[in-house]
Amino acid sequence: MPDLSINFAGIKSPNPFWLASAPPTNSGYQVMKAFDAGWGGAVWKTLGVPVVNVSSRYGSVNYRDKRMMGFNNIELISDRPLSDNLREIEEVKKRFPNHAVIASLMVQSRQEWHDIVRQSQEAGADGIELNFGCPHGMCERGMGSAVGQEPDVLQTIVEWVMEVAKIPVIVKLTPNISDITEPALAARRGGADAISLINTIQSIVGVDLDLFAPYPIVDGKGSNGGYCGPAVKPIALNMLKNCAQHPGVRLPISGIGGIETWRDAVEHILLGASSVQVCTAAMHYGFGIIREMTSGLEQYMTDKGFHTIYDFVGKALPNVLPWEELNMKYKVTANIHAEKCIGCQLCYTACEDGAHQAIQLNAGTRVPEIIEANCVGCNLCSLVCPVEDCITMDRQDDGTAHLTWKERTAAGDIPTEFNDEKAGGRHHWVPEPAAALGKEKHKTLPGKARQYPSAAEVPTTQA
Amino acid sequence: MAEYSTPTSEPEFDANFAQLKPRMNSSEALFESSRCLFCFDAPCIQACPTGIDIPQFIRQINSGNDTGAARTIYEANYFGNACGKVCPTEVLCEGACVYNLQDVKPIEIGRLQSFATRKAIEEEKPLMAPGIPNGRKVAIIGAGPAGISCACELRTLGYAVDVFEAKAQPSGLTVYGVAPYKITNEEVLAEMAYLQQQLGYSVAYNAPIRSRAELQQLEEQYDAIFLGIGLGKTSTLGLPGEDRENCVGAVEFIEQLRLNHHGTAVGRKVIVLGGGNTAMDAASESSRMGADSVILAYRRGKEDMGAYEFEYDLAKGVGVKGLFHVAPVEIMGNGKVEGIKFIRTALHEGQVQTVPGSEFIEPCDMVIKATGQAKQTEFLGLIEGLKTDGKGRIIADERTGQTTNPQYFASGDARNGGAEVVNAAAEAKATARGIHEYLSK
Ligand SMILES: Cc1cc2nc3c(=O)[nH]c(=O)nc-3n(C[C@H](O)[C@H](O)[C@H](O)COP(=O)(O)OP(=O)(O)OC[C@H]3O[C@@H](n4cnc5c(N)ncnc54)[C@H](O)[C@@H]3O)c2cc1C
Ligand SMILES: Cc1cc2nc3c(=O)[nH]c(=O)nc-3n(C[C@H](O)[C@H](O)[C@H](O)COP(=O)(O)O)c2cc1C
Ligand code: SF4
Ligand code: SF4
Ligand code: SF4
Repeated sequence: MPDLSINFAGIKSPNPFWLASAPPTNSGYQVMKAFDAGWGGAVWKTLGVPVVNVSSRYGSVNYRDKRMMGFNNIELISDRPLSDNLREIEEVKKRFPNHAVIASLMVQSRQEWHDIVRQSQEAGADGIELNFGCPHGMCERGMGSAVGQEPDVLQTIVEWVMEVAKIPVIVKLTPNISDITEPALAARRGGADAISLINTIQSIVGVDLDLFAPYPIVDGKGSNGGYCGPAVKPIALNMLKNCAQHPGVRLPISGIGGIETWRDAVEHILLGASSVQVCTAAMHYGFGIIREMTSGLEQYMTDKGFHTIYDFVGKALPNVLPWEELNMKYKVTANIHAEKCIGCQLCYTACEDGAHQAIQLNAGTRVPEIIEANCVGCNLCSLVCPVEDCITMDRQDDGTAHLTWKERTAAGDIPTEFNDEKAGGRHHWVPEPAAALGKEKHKTLPGKARQYPSAAEVPTTQA
Repeated sequence: MAEYSTPTSEPEFDANFAQLKPRMNSSEALFESSRCLFCFDAPCIQACPTGIDIPQFIRQINSGNDTGAARTIYEANYFGNACGKVCPTEVLCEGACVYNLQDVKPIEIGRLQSFATRKAIEEEKPLMAPGIPNGRKVAIIGAGPAGISCACELRTLGYAVDVFEAKAQPSGLTVYGVAPYKITNEEVLAEMAYLQQQLGYSVAYNAPIRSRAELQQLEEQYDAIFLGIGLGKTSTLGLPGEDRENCVGAVEFIEQLRLNHHGTAVGRKVIVLGGGNTAMDAASESSRMGADSVILAYRRGKEDMGAYEFEYDLAKGVGVKGLFHVAPVEIMGNGKVEGIKFIRTALHEGQVQTVPGSEFIEPCDMVIKATGQAKQTEFLGLIEGLKTDGKGRIIADERTGQTTNPQYFASGDARNGGAEVVNAAAEAKATARGIHEYLSK
């Protein structure tokens, strides 16, 4: 049985799954229920200056029939009294001494920071997370992402906190910035013990077509909110990688953003996270998802022979390179396995209209054919194909040659002029522009085109 | 054995004849439309006789444009709602859906189609309009799928259209013949009203065209005449005792069922003669009307039946028993039907031959003959120069629908010998174009 426990910058937890600071950690009741269900830790819903929330707070991005693939909110930090929260933290810690309870904090002045850090410590919190992320409501008051976007201010506040902190301090970063490593470095300079990322991304999730207002709608109006959920995972993973690879950061990282299954968690861990935090998925499905997450993680670790989380933290990092260091001699082309093909021809139309005209249709069959000479190996067809393993991208080079853009640049072997002979697309076959006209109209306009075979013109109706 | 008790009220009838393709709610439509792959040059479109742009309308449903979906459907097929419910989709669009090749349930195209069109009908969405009047007039004989489809298309082309219908309601066999569990009368008629309201052709009901004189009048008053007369009554078998009480034709029995619902009398023990889709329907319907036993008797083997496999499954599912390799010799009884004398058959060099001495009597109190509909040969004989083929089908140009009498055009069962609603709708729409081409010369 693999060991899922972690020691994150001194914060111990029976497993790497923490609830992120958000509505699921709003009360002692919820946190106890979550620990009871199997969560390893919880970052308490941010404590701090008193706030008032609006009604109608969340919006969602649905994809076809799938709900909440993206989620946003215009909620603020905890609106419950500080004393209630502190008392409940104490109660939870008594009942669950081996679980991680982290107090998320957001206040303004040095004195306020000192006070709230001390109070959290006294309540028995295992760690502190500084919320420099919230992209709405709080930043207008000089907090949240307003701090996270100013590395110098961030560093100063971290320093204030470190003056009194006796427990590990995590700095939570906002993604609403062009280079995430700047605030990460500032956190390190300020003396923080760890960082966590990402908080929510400034967003408008949709516009009501009848009310002409953005979601969520508050009395006919809306505001930008913070985006999270499965849709943000790719952004989170990239920022995570940037921090994890940066030689100056060197801090434990708690990965957050779009984690819903054990797979998402493993991806975060492979790119350098040593704990993971979850919000939207718990808001969508409740605390019960932890069972799938731990069981999946355990199974994965067993299959891979990993004994602890640390056996694979950052394991994918050496394989994430700058583009210029990729091997240009590597060559794959698409291969359709006809026996699996169901003839939807999505690969054909994707390559024909959206890629490199490297797939053709042949009479008498619906199975398309790859024109290997034209295939640039972009993957598009294999991505759109609805059948598992029906289109594989197969290696064509023999694996002996290796040449990168960087090496070519160093050797003075890169295209430098317009129309340069060395440019990649120079000798790639492209059909004549006019060959497009009328092609496949009968297929893309099926109903009508088949209905009017006669010479009689189609009259305009009064409709 | 009866699985159904005889319905005595409209709700009981509705329960016994519950819709096979019930209406989708919007969640179901969202889920189902989300499954569509939106294939390129989609095989489902190829398989639809009217060429509805199926992925287009499914995408429209999926993106919350149900009205646009209904427009896409009606652009190709005026019987869009009815077809979604009555088409044998298993062998048409849904049978061609690529998901079948993956052993995954195909998209429920028919139900999605009815979902969109029914909403448009109920909300009275204006989706069609007559064309600018071109001063020409066309008479249409028969208000079935062929006649109404032709009328609709001609109206969009600017023709004045008068439809003459022998019966009291439009849609032909859609309301008088199709099994009640496929579509209700109300649903059929709502679509008919919707079409007429938007396109404004006139229909004269209880107005059969029967004589040479009546035809003459039409020929003089109209630029072209469209024949959408379908088929005739059930053919007679020429068996002794065929005239006994309770020996009925399937089409006539079903018409009574559609008109009178639970008021239709059905025997306790019914034998249906035939192996086509109509036989399957009549057998299923008898069973759902509460007959104690229903036997389907067919001259050849199960696998030789003309009916679609799923139609036979449907009949079996409601307790119908098959009796194969038998031929009826005589309808027995004393005034009323009391049984059928059968003789067993065997296949000899591809020919069905009777086995001498194998006669037996199967008792029953009702016989339903589903052995094919006669052609309207006599009526067609009144039209000068109009030719039919060896099977009594009107000969017409494949593309234009023009018959051998240039003023006459034809589509539907009368021309194709008996197919589906969708075929009549497709042919008639194309024929309207043919009429337009002819009259535009
Ligand atoms: C029992 C049965 C079940 C069926 N089930 C299905 C099914 O589930 N799905 C499916 O798609 N198809 C089904 N069909 C077939 C389908 O109903 C027909 O293919 C379709 O209705 C043919 O349309 P039509 O317009 O050519 O003829 P009809 O529907 O037969 O319409 C002809 C119309 O012309 C009228 N008429 C005839 N002669 C004259 C005249 N001289 N003057 C005035 N009016 C006249 C008739 O009264 C009738 O209204 C079924 C058929 C039968 C018999
Ligand atoms: C409604 C809502 C409220 C949130 N409130 C806070 C908060 O008070 N403090 C904080 O640090 N992050 C807050 N977050 C951000 C989450 O902790 C988390 O960083 C983000 O949702 C990304 O994770 P996810 O993709 O698992 O949801 C909030 C998120 C949501 C959806
Ligand atoms: S990999 Fe790209 S270029 Fe090659 S066939 Fe597929 S879509 Fe076309
Ligand atoms: S996308 Fe896949 S299943 Fe569809 S036609 Fe192409 S190879 Fe076949
Ligand atoms: S074949 Fe099936 S999946 Fe493809 S477009 Fe048609 S309904 Fe959709």
